[in-house]
Amino acid sequence: MPSMRGYRFMFFRRISQTAIIGLFLGGHLLGWQVLQGNLSSSWLLHTVPLADPFAVLQMFATRHVVATEALIGGLIIALFFGLLAGRSFCSWVCPLNMVTDAAGWLGEKAGLIHPGKSPVISRKTRYGVIGVSLAVSLSTGLAAFEWISPIAMLHRGIIFGMGMGWTLVLAVFFFDLFVQRDGFCGHLCPLGGFYALITGFSLIRIRHDKEKCTLCRKCLDICPEQQVLPMIGQISSAVTSGECTNCGRCIEVCNDHAMKFGIRFSPAKQRTRIA
Amino acid sequence: MPERRKFLLTMARGVGAATIGGLAWTGFLDGKKAYPTVLRPPGAAPEKDFLATCTKCGLCVTACPYQALILAKPGDERPIGTPYFRMREAPCRMCRDIPCTVSCPTGALDRSLVSEKDDHGNMMLDVNKTRIGLAVIDRETCIAFWGIQCDTCYRTCPLIDKAVTIEYLRNERTGKHTIMAPVVHSDHCTGCGMCERACVTKKASIFVLPRELAMGESSARYVKGWESTDEERISDAPEDTTTVTPRSEKPPLDYLNKGDL
Repeated sequence: MPSMRGYRFMFFRRISQTAIIGLFLGGHLLGWQVLQGNLSSSWLLHTVPLADPFAVLQMFATRHVVATEALIGGLIIALFFGLLAGRSFCSWVCPLNMVTDAAGWLGEKAGLIHPGKSPVISRKTRYGVIGVSLAVSLSTGLAAFEWISPIAMLHRGIIFGMGMGWTLVLAVFFFDLFVQRDGFCGHLCPLGGFYALITGFSLIRIRHDKEKCTLCRKCLDICPEQQVLPMIGQISSAVTSGECTNCGRCIEVCNDHAMKFGIRFSPAKQRTRIA
Repeated sequence: MPERRKFLLTMARGVGAATIGGLAWTGFLDGKKAYPTVLRPPGAAPEKDFLATCTKCGLCVTACPYQALILAKPGDERPIGTPYFRMREAPCRMCRDIPCTVSCPTGALDRSLVSEKDDHGNMMLDVNKTRIGLAVIDRETCIAFWGIQCDTCYRTCPLIDKAVTIEYLRNERTGKHTIMAPVVHSDHCTGCGMCERACVTKKASIFVLPRELAMGESSARYVKGWESTDEERISDAPEDTTTVTPRSEKPPLDYLNKGDL
């Protein structure tokens, strides 16, 4: 079944994204104790605190004392993605990914946005947004991004009631559809930018094998962060940029088995081959 | 030097965009602080600190066994994602173990604000230290003040005879009946809202307001001489005054008591 193979990681990502929402929803409505709270901060199995490290960082910027649970929770999440899983929060956890992926898919089907074309805004903008959100947190005394985050709005909305929150989510959808492909997740989102900054050294990585590559460029066309794949057809190596979300789309579309999940350190035989 | 010029222009554009965005963002957030009527869960830190430390995770809302706490949605006219009560619909039931406060991972709900030292010096939760707000009575619509017998708020109060008492007044209209007037006492009222929920008038005639909104503050210049402890209130009042008139040359505490006025 080549067609299913082309979406196998997307299938697992959707399972992961919806399962996490489902566990939170069950935690709120049915009292399941696997995950309670939401992506901002939560309890895992009623014992391990988890927290959004970027939210904790903004809380520091407001010059308020951060409670131990939130501090430990933020550290656990930061270490998990920073040392192990890479920026996979964006493609395996974040519920907004389903919205922006839908916009990207529709935009391409309708021919509205061509991959890689018409860069309206720079991919570096997200790092500017991080700086501004910390500055605004400092000046207003409120964790700035947490008040306007469409991610929090969507995730919290699903668990605790959406209200008018859908308007912001729809705005992101239209932005990605009409203005810029991967516009929010790949250009603006400071949370994605934050994970990109802290996951430069994480273990789990996409690996490219130059020997198998036939230079069809399918991986570059599908990748939501094309700039992380400069090695395609050039050298066999791991994708080391923190901006890679480990979504696995490049692996799915590659017909040459030139992409696969691996770890950042080269196996010995590959290292000798490069040398 | 076109390269350098281009670089400087790019820099200037970036700084400009960041400034515009930052200013708009600051303006938007500043508006978020101006919700004086919002009623927070037990143990909530003062509103400014609460808004800074609440991560909007909803754990307190999940913890509430009576589903009284609401997590503000966009459009609720409350700071988005923060927990609050609508007392007329679902008041706080004053759980002894205060699950909402205990569940808070960030200290926005501070359990030390609802705890008391016991005999062994351990901090023990005491829900009666909760100060969600203060119940206020509209004497014009309250039927008890009309002379009709109603003591619903008094009967429903979890701190009956402490937070709400009944005061007997003479009904001047009939000249022979009693007005059984409910009176709220701020030193005991937790602002749980049971009275607001129970009130029989169309729109509640007793309702909870945040304390900053419902209460005044005594001046250091006036002391209840008939209460021995009231003097402590002014112990750190400043002796000097900045208004310079012949009268204000004397210390404020003396000006009523010494010399000619």
